[in-house]
Amino acid sequence: MLFTIFAILTVAGAAAAMSLRNLVHSVLALTVAFAGLAAVYLHLGAQFIGLAQILVYVGAVAILIVFAILLTRDAGATSQSILSSSWIGNGTVVLVIFGILAWAIHHSATSQRVVLPQPEASMQQIGNALMLRFALPLEIIGVLLTVALIGAVTIAMREKKETR
Amino acid sequence: MLGEGIAKGFVETARNFLGSYFSKDRLTTVQFPEERAPQIEATRDFPFLVYDGDDWQAGMRCVGCQICEKECPPKCIYIEKSKDKKPDAVGKPQFYPAVFNIDVSVCMSCQICVEVCPFEAIKMDTEFELSTDDRFGGLLWDKARLSKSNEYYRKVHPTDAAVSDAILAEEKAKAEAKAKAATESKANPALANAPQAGSEVPSTQ
Amino acid sequence: MGETADQFFVTLQHWLVGHAPASLQPILSSLLSVVAILGVFALLFAITTVLERKGLGRIQNRYGPNRVGPFGFLQPIADGIKSLTKEDIVPHAADKVVHFLAPVVLVLAAFSLYAVLPLGRNMVLANLDAGVLFFFAVSSVMELTIFMAGWSSRNKYSLLGAMRAIAQMISYEVPLILASVTVIMAAGSLSTVAIVEKQAGYTGILPHWFVFTPWGFAGFVLFMIAATAESNRSPFDLPEGESEIIAGYYTEYSGFKFALFFLGEYLGMFAISGLGITLFLGGWAAPFSFLAWVPSYLWFFAKLLGMIVVFIWVRGTLPRLRMDQLMNFAWKFMLPMALLNLVTVAVWHFLPQGVLRWIVCGLMVVVPYVLLGRGLTRGWKLEKRVYRFAE
Repeated sequence: MLFTIFAILTVAGAAAAMSLRNLVHSVLALTVAFAGLAAVYLHLGAQFIGLAQILVYVGAVAILIVFAILLTRDAGATSQSILSSSWIGNGTVVLVIFGILAWAIHHSATSQRVVLPQPEASMQQIGNALMLRFALPLEIIGVLLTVALIGAVTIAMREKKETR
Repeated sequence: MLGEGIAKGFVETARNFLGSYFSKDRLTTVQFPEERAPQIEATRDFPFLVYDGDDWQAGMRCVGCQICEKECPPKCIYIEKSKDKKPDAVGKPQFYPAVFNIDVSVCMSCQICVEVCPFEAIKMDTEFELSTDDRFGGLLWDKARLSKSNEYYRKVHPTDAAVSDAILAEEKAKAEAKAKAATESKANPALANAPQAGSEVPSTQ
Repeated sequence: MGETADQFFVTLQHWLVGHAPASLQPILSSLLSVVAILGVFALLFAITTVLERKGLGRIQNRYGPNRVGPFGFLQPIADGIKSLTKEDIVPHAADKVVHFLAPVVLVLAAFSLYAVLPLGRNMVLANLDAGVLFFFAVSSVMELTIFMAGWSSRNKYSLLGAMRAIAQMISYEVPLILASVTVIMAAGSLSTVAIVEKQAGYTGILPHWFVFTPWGFAGFVLFMIAATAESNRSPFDLPEGESEIIAGYYTEYSGFKFALFFLGEYLGMFAISGLGITLFLGGWAAPFSFLAWVPSYLWFFAKLLGMIVVFIWVRGTLPRLRMDQLMNFAWKFMLPMALLNLVTVAVWHFLPQGVLRWIVCGLMVVVPYVLLGRGLTRGWKLEKRVYRFAE
């Protein structure tokens, strides 16, 4: 039952993010979708992923999107309609594809597999895995982030020099 | 070193905080309705009429000369002279004001009325808690409200009162000397034409 | 005797919950804890507003509020009545839904921070395995609400204030988290309960608190500076101080919503002080072993009151930092110090116990501080101010 609530919250947030006219409203709805996803993770017992989802997505990515919107375009209401002119045909195609996929998944082997026991994923194990087995990907991601940071600083610095 | 200034700041603030419980220097608030800050002697707020002795009507120094009415910049004084005379502070029979009104809401405390008064009759008071809820007459003061005794004047402005008393005493002495000379010349008509040693100053009032 | 006083609230809760059917008991127990937290910290907020005003007043050579109640201590009631009865003005062009939601979500997030703070022995609402991570995750939600508040007012000054507030909070999150990571490394766990229990021992009469180690002291100072910046408190209150000059992100709020913003800000301050106490000052542990008979929750709140006093003291002493000074301080001073602190705690962990590790780690903390301080302040000269038009 709890999962249903979180799922509805997430899907509603995502749907609102797509269909709201005001851009900042859709960002906030997207944030609700992120939070719903984090709730699903926490419900599954994955504490680290759930909390990292909130920390990273809600705390940083949403703010990043918001900054990007505000610094680049006018966040007023869009003048045109949300639905395109041929929404009936497109909607029908989407529903048909969804029906086919749902039937296929329901009748395939994956829906009848045995549920495995929940794997142990405590903080200790995640930390161990990150530091021992996945140390190289961690370092590469760190290098990537540092490159991004340096790039951002360089771009900002150059702009400052140009305007002077 | 970094942080030194901040540490000094903290010490200063702590000293202020703790000192405020012990010394008056570090807690200078005067809790207004219960306490009053001491006023300096030269404080001036609104005028009052001085009277000598106990009876405010008999002892009033004001002779209704209307000089202050004419000199008042916002014209807040209204005087009506009386028809009869009474003796003034020096002893000479003078008119007195039958009506003397000051509109205190107009008065700007410039003290010009005090400076031009030849009779030391109007002086500045130090009272400031004069709010009233009577919008149409509460700040229009009449003769009775404005009269305060010379004892009161000595209390609020001791130095000025001493000067004022000295001036009045000198005038009184001169007037008495003139009166004595007049009675003496009346008693001795032979001495009336001879120059007197005592009367050296012609009256200039 | 000390044991029963210490566990008084726990036994009370168990007794109250025992009256309910077994299926409802966990929910009821959590509900009781939640109600208790709400009540206690709202009361603490009320007391803090008076303490702050009176404390600041005394520092500034004046009385604080002293008319309402004995020595003014019923002032929060008067403030509460005022904020409840003021007209709730929403600007015509404001975004009504977001404008309404911003203070609500702020207070929600601020209250949920208390779930992972151990207020006493066995007195934590949610013993999460990743308690500290939960804390930082929820405090990053608070930043988003500030943006919501600033943007929904449709006021360019509000928006500017909100942007600056978010920039400040994001910049200071990095040293905050890095300072906490040192504690996590030393304790070996992200759970707040485990961190407090690691600090609960005594050698002789001296406690094992992390603040009494070189890296712990540096980490504590960094943490508290970053905490002051996170809760938008003086001297980092440029976002809200601007409201006295131009506008701030909660200019367009009046009445109870304004009070909710203040509530959220103060609750955030208490929560982050609570986390600082948990991480560095030993949580609910007594400072000396002979004082361990005093109940644990009393120690926690005593330490919290001490931190509040320090916050008020700092507010009364230091002038407000300008935005560029603030950002420079975060990125150029606090971040390097926090990174060096990480190395220091690793060195501390691997050196054997004794004087050597104290000396080495002490030098590793003090020398970079002095050098960095000197390097950053080298360009500062106090010049005589020249006025173009006045002479």
